[in-house]
Amino acid sequence: MGLSTVTMIYAGMFYLATFLLVVGLGYKIFDYSRTPAPLKIPTTPAPTTRQGVTYRMAKEVVLFESLFKANKWIWVFGWMFHFGLLLVLLRHLRYFTEPVWFWVGIVQPFGKYASIMMVIGMAGLLARRFLVDRVRYISTPSDYLMLVLLIAIGLSGMLMTFVVHTDIVALKAFFLGLMYLDVQPLPQDLTLLVHLALVALLMVIFPISKLLHAPGLFFSPTRNQVDNPREHRHVAAWAARLDQKN
Amino acid sequence: MAAAEFDIPELKDDIEIPKLREGVMAHAKTFPAGQPVQDFMGYPHELGEDWKERAIDKMGDLLGKYRSLKVFMDACVHCGACTDKCHYYLGTSDPKNMPVARQDLMRQVYRRYFTTAGKLFPKLVGAKDLTKDILNDWYSYYYQCSECRRCSVYCPYGIDTAEITMAGREILNHVGMGQKYSNEILSKVHKIGNNLGLPGPALEDTLEGLEEDIEADTGVAVKLPLDVKGAEVLLVTPSADFFSEPHVESLIGYAKVFHAAGISWTLSTHASEAGNFGLFNGNYESMRKVAMRIRDAALELGVKRIVVGECGHAWRVAYSFWNTLTGIGYGGNDPFSIELQKQLDPTYPQPQHICELTNDLIKSGKIKVDPSLNDDLVVTYHDSCNVARASRMGTEPGGQFIIPRELIKSVVNNFHDMADETIGESTFCCGGGGGLLTDDLMEVRVKGAMPRATALNNVVKEHQVNFMAMICAICKAQFTKVLPKYGFNMSMVGGVHQLVSKAIKLD
Ligand code: HEM
Ligand code: SF4
Ligand code: SF4
Repeated sequence: MGLSTVTMIYAGMFYLATFLLVVGLGYKIFDYSRTPAPLKIPTTPAPTTRQGVTYRMAKEVVLFESLFKANKWIWVFGWMFHFGLLLVLLRHLRYFTEPVWFWVGIVQPFGKYASIMMVIGMAGLLARRFLVDRVRYISTPSDYLMLVLLIAIGLSGMLMTFVVHTDIVALKAFFLGLMYLDVQPLPQDLTLLVHLALVALLMVIFPISKLLHAPGLFFSPTRNQVDNPREHRHVAAWAARLDQKN
Repeated sequence: MAAAEFDIPELKDDIEIPKLREGVMAHAKTFPAGQPVQDFMGYPHELGEDWKERAIDKMGDLLGKYRSLKVFMDACVHCGACTDKCHYYLGTSDPKNMPVARQDLMRQVYRRYFTTAGKLFPKLVGAKDLTKDILNDWYSYYYQCSECRRCSVYCPYGIDTAEITMAGREILNHVGMGQKYSNEILSKVHKIGNNLGLPGPALEDTLEGLEEDIEADTGVAVKLPLDVKGAEVLLVTPSADFFSEPHVESLIGYAKVFHAAGISWTLSTHASEAGNFGLFNGNYESMRKVAMRIRDAALELGVKRIVVGECGHAWRVAYSFWNTLTGIGYGGNDPFSIELQKQLDPTYPQPQHICELTNDLIKSGKIKVDPSLNDDLVVTYHDSCNVARASRMGTEPGGQFIIPRELIKSVVNNFHDMADETIGESTFCCGGGGGLLTDDLMEVRVKGAMPRATALNNVVKEHQVNFMAMICAICKAQFTKVLPKYGFNMSMVGGVHQLVSKAIKLD
């Protein structure tokens, strides 16, 4: 059975996008981890133990604690968007697992409605970019486009969930096929093709854009350092060489 | 040269977030360092042919050495959470004083030269070629940041604009655009031992004079020892404490504390300065060189403890960096740090803040105080930015807020804090920190003090506060100068140990 050109293009596109995402992000993480932090600069008050830092970081990742202190509007919209995104992503796992993992099944109905929360959050963030003079001033075209891209992904996805259903069984076969290097035909309705193309684009720009905030947070010295400079001597390799000269 | 005229902001009931007024502070340019100073510091004194390459090279060098800079350049999502957090933005309404915009002055160049997206689609991601205009913007706006870290508290990724300001200034240094004020101070501390350029004999005279004053005042012979080998404590304090008002009142306070507790102590001519302007320029080597004087003095005098006087950024460098830079602290396992650490008394934190020391002595009853001697005062406390957000006191996180307040409350009866969102980790900088405490930046300093002045004004109206205590030499100098412009009396400003000095019982 021959595969259509569209299927071949999309298969190739996803292999390439996955490759760029993994290599790009892998390189960035490697680059962050090899760059030393020569001085102790946690924003204090800061935890005095490793466990404390893990807890601080968890609060930042799960609750956006610092953002909550800063601005309730950004926090509400930002948190709706990210938590919605998380549920939606988890829900998507069913296209990549056979049999579907038990808990992915449980997430399904939540993920379905989380998409609404996600899009409302993004719409709020986009509105702020237009309405608040300070945010408008700092916004670059890519800031608007990033939100537009994500909203377009979200809306095209919701269109398929709630309005023009696509052939999910065939779609799942396509993705499982990609994973096992046995390409299967891709259902060819326009909404799906648009949705998938935008997702591939998102994957490609992830490692070269501000989406690096996701790994970046974990490497931020002001958040991930333990406040114990009097008790432990912290010296970077390039700085330790200075000690030898004395 | 007469300073340009400018409007003093009007104090409102609340600190209001202003509408943007683009470019209103572009004219603020700190005086450039002249050739002798730049030569001494090993920097060029003017833009050479190759300034652009030098700037980009230095940026690359710093990106490779500082994870903070690298991650912060990438991670910002332009969410805007920090835009209303900087006292200089609040006071000037110039959008380039919004923390993220200040960062973007560098980020636009970073994106152009160091990122794929910025090389391919500069317009899309706001990437720009480095030009002289951009360099001038850096020079203006990296000297309108006091490196106070308030923005880093609120950023969801902890992006600390201070790190970017420091890198920006270091790049400017490397292309020949140093700041007169900071670089002159750095050369003084290297040549003479302190920021004021006060030589050893002058220091000795000053201390003798102070001893006479204290004795005349109290009838007790309180000493201010200098270069005493074998003393238990080496006190390192900002040189302003030796003869600026109101700083000197705190120095007298420390001396009385040591006297009353019977602790032998000494100052050092070689290390007659706690301040470390190397911090402000993001130059590790220069900061280390300044800090090494303390280590050398400690080794030479054979002291068992190192205590730091009232100075905000000095305490940051002491608490957070001395162990790293010079081995003053614990936990070293290399010969360099062990040499010093084996000499220090492990029953005390090293270095120790004078507030930690005094507070412990009062709590344990080793010194006696009578708070009613301060009954003429209604006191509030200004958390200095470097103490609040870049250091700690005591063993618990947040001790830097608790200990000074405990200490104040033990020596005064009337104390009222300013509004919550203006103290603690949210404290507003005095407006003169980070290398801005110079007359050529007076407009920036006055306007940047607006948020603090507003908060102070509210407790003055509500509780008749008439004294703002603090533990920073820069804050003291800045407030005595700028608060009068807002109609406050400069005698409202003073150190925590000035209060201790009045309440302590000597006998
Ligand atoms: C560790 C995981 C992550 C954390 C902790 C995190 C956290 C945040 C926070 C605190 C903000 C600022 C507030 C806001 O504007 O929403 C933000 C913004 C943003 N995040 Fe994330 N994020 C994560 C992962 C992701 C991922 C995987 C994506 C996209 C695929 C993403 C896309 C965005 C976008 C586009 C913005 C900017 C929104 C705007 O333009 O205002 N984030 N993120
Ligand atoms: S460090 Fe302080 S002065 Fe500098 S941008 Fe941040 S808030 Fe403003
Ligand atoms: S709060 Fe942080 S991420 Fe948001 S705009 Fe400011 S620096 Fe960027």
